[in-house]
Amino acid sequence: MSSHASAVTHQATDSAVRFQLRLYVAGETAKSLAATANLQRICETHMAGQYSIEIIDLRKNPRLAAGDQILAVPTLVRRLPEPIRKIIGDLSNEERVLIGLDIQPIRIQRL
Amino acid sequence: MRKKPNETLPSLAKAPTGIEGLDEITGGGLPSGRPTLICGNAGCGKTMLAMEFLVRGATQFGEPGVFMMFEEDAAELTANVRSLGFDLDELVAQKKIVLDFVRIERSEIEETGEYDLEGLFIRLGYAIDSIGAKRVVLDTVEALFAGLPNHAVLRAELRRLFRWLKDRGMTAIITGEKGDGNAITRYGLEEYVADCVIILDQRIQEQISTRRLRVLKYRGTAHGMNEYPFLIGAHGFSVLPITSLQLDHEVSTQRIHTGIARLDDMLGGEGVFRGSSVLVSGSPGTGKSSVAAKFVEVACQRGERALFFAYEESTAQIVRNMRSIGIDLEPWVKKGLLEIHASRRTLLGLEQHLVMMHDLVRSFRPRVVAVDPISNLTMMRDDVEVKPTLMRLIDFLKKEQITAIFTSLTGGGDDPSASEDSQLGVSTLMDTWLLLRNVEFTGERNRTIFVRKSRGMAHSNQIREFVLSDKGIDLVDVYLGGDRVLTGSARIAREAQERATATLREQDHERKLRQLESKRKAIEAQIAALQAEAEAETEEVHFVIAQETLQEKATHLNADAMAQQRGGMSNGHDGMKEKR
Repeated sequence: MSSHASAVTHQATDSAVRFQLRLYVAGETAKSLAATANLQRICETHMAGQYSIEIIDLRKNPRLAAGDQILAVPTLVRRLPEPIRKIIGDLSNEERVLIGLDIQPIRIQRL
Repeated sequence: MRKKPNETLPSLAKAPTGIEGLDEITGGGLPSGRPTLICGNAGCGKTMLAMEFLVRGATQFGEPGVFMMFEEDAAELTANVRSLGFDLDELVAQKKIVLDFVRIERSEIEETGEYDLEGLFIRLGYAIDSIGAKRVVLDTVEALFAGLPNHAVLRAELRRLFRWLKDRGMTAIITGEKGDGNAITRYGLEEYVADCVIILDQRIQEQISTRRLRVLKYRGTAHGMNEYPFLIGAHGFSVLPITSLQLDHEVSTQRIHTGIARLDDMLGGEGVFRGSSVLVSGSPGTGKSSVAAKFVEVACQRGERALFFAYEESTAQIVRNMRSIGIDLEPWVKKGLLEIHASRRTLLGLEQHLVMMHDLVRSFRPRVVAVDPISNLTMMRDDVEVKPTLMRLIDFLKKEQITAIFTSLTGGGDDPSASEDSQLGVSTLMDTWLLLRNVEFTGERNRTIFVRKSRGMAHSNQIREFVLSDKGIDLVDVYLGGDRVLTGSARIAREAQERATATLREQDHERKLRQLESKRKAIEAQIAALQAEAEAETEEVHFVIAQETLQEKATHLNADAMAQQRGGMSNGHDGMKEKR
């Protein structure tokens, strides 16, 4: 699996991973670039050190679309913790992304 | 990766479905390289139709296919279509078919920001490329409307999807649920798929359901406009395109015997044509089943396979009852030449019965089929419905060159003409129609038979008495007494009377001949006597004549001598005295 993912900075070491995320995109479109950027920002803000991200470009790996039942792109899949959740769209609405991932915003901890 | 659509394709290129009847209605199949919408209520057979289109494409026409399903998963679908005899696992392993289950769960999905359905396109594109598919089924793409909240995006993407399928030259089937009221589909898919729309329908009449198919539109081609009943059987989908069916089955000039010698005589001396259909109708107890059983028995004796569908009696009952009139079916059953299928008509709907018959005929491959009685199949159904279905069955049998005998129960009433006419609807489908009748006269009921029609052969216009006995079936000439047909004991009495009269007449003749003979002899004797008398008389006359002649001669001689003497001394008187 990880061979298809492009590494993203500030990811947690394996033992500390709480959120295992996977972002499906199709090519380098405006939407996919926006989604990638939004995801990284949100993760750094709310899950620093606790997450891993795989970005899968379906244009390059079309057969992976079936595995996670991907129809829409971009789709963010929260593989861990279970249950699996999916967020479709370019992740521009941070509040809804956090609801979708079931994460409490952690503004207080940033103090 | 994307292929350009083939611009040189003729505008009406069609992809055959391989589905019995559907290709006839559509004039060759679905529009090739274009999407077709198939809609109908739940359970009307959309998925089955789509699946068969795909399987037949992959197995018969060398066009692999992708089945993308949104409601059932692959395992469920595989199990469901196994009942049609399709082994999807095998086809998947042979890379002829790809099954892709798209599961979409509304509760798992959160929407945030812009998106499109490129994932679906990639997925479908990948499946198509993996086997070089030519056919695609999307079943039922409408499920996306429930899964994705943003219908504006979805509609735009569906429009793009159908366009994309067209550009890739895919012959596609998109299924859709029928909408409320006049809407063709619930979400208006017909807006995007405008080339060909087929509607499936399931209706229940008299507690029995019939499925129907109609081609609502087919751009750029003529197609059958009617509603056609269809069946889903063990060999898949089968549409009954009655009005478009061509009457072009081969005909045989070979004749086969009915097993009743005198009946063969009535049918131009040789029996019925192979592959023709024979109707035997009559009121209860006229011997219809016996004629059918005899027909079947004689087929088995020729070494042909026969199939007997019984809707009134069980197998054992038939075997026992037929034995009483000298027809022993059991050895043929044991030998495997005869199969008797007994079931209640009410067990299944008419269409299922026909499917069952089709299947049995296909697997057993008989030369002769008997249905006893066909009127049970038509029970409780209006004629409009029954006739096309029977026509389909008869055509099917004719195409397979199977000779069929159908018995039919006419109304129990005693007025023969009224009850016979109740069969007119079915009778036009038949080549030969034998009518059995009860004749009630002088306190008994007797059976008669006559040939009401028989296409393509000289046939008797006579009524024969139909006699069932432990020696078998026989036809006997009837007697016409006064203005009535005499049968049974009236006939026997008449026969005895005739015999007695004949004996008497014979004796009388002999006596007359003897009298004549003696008279002739007497006359002959008389003639002989008269002849003898005449001869005697003749002789007498001759004698007298001779005597007189002699006397005259002597007188002349004496006179001469006396004259000589007198010329000398005397006148010759002495000479005369001397002579005396």
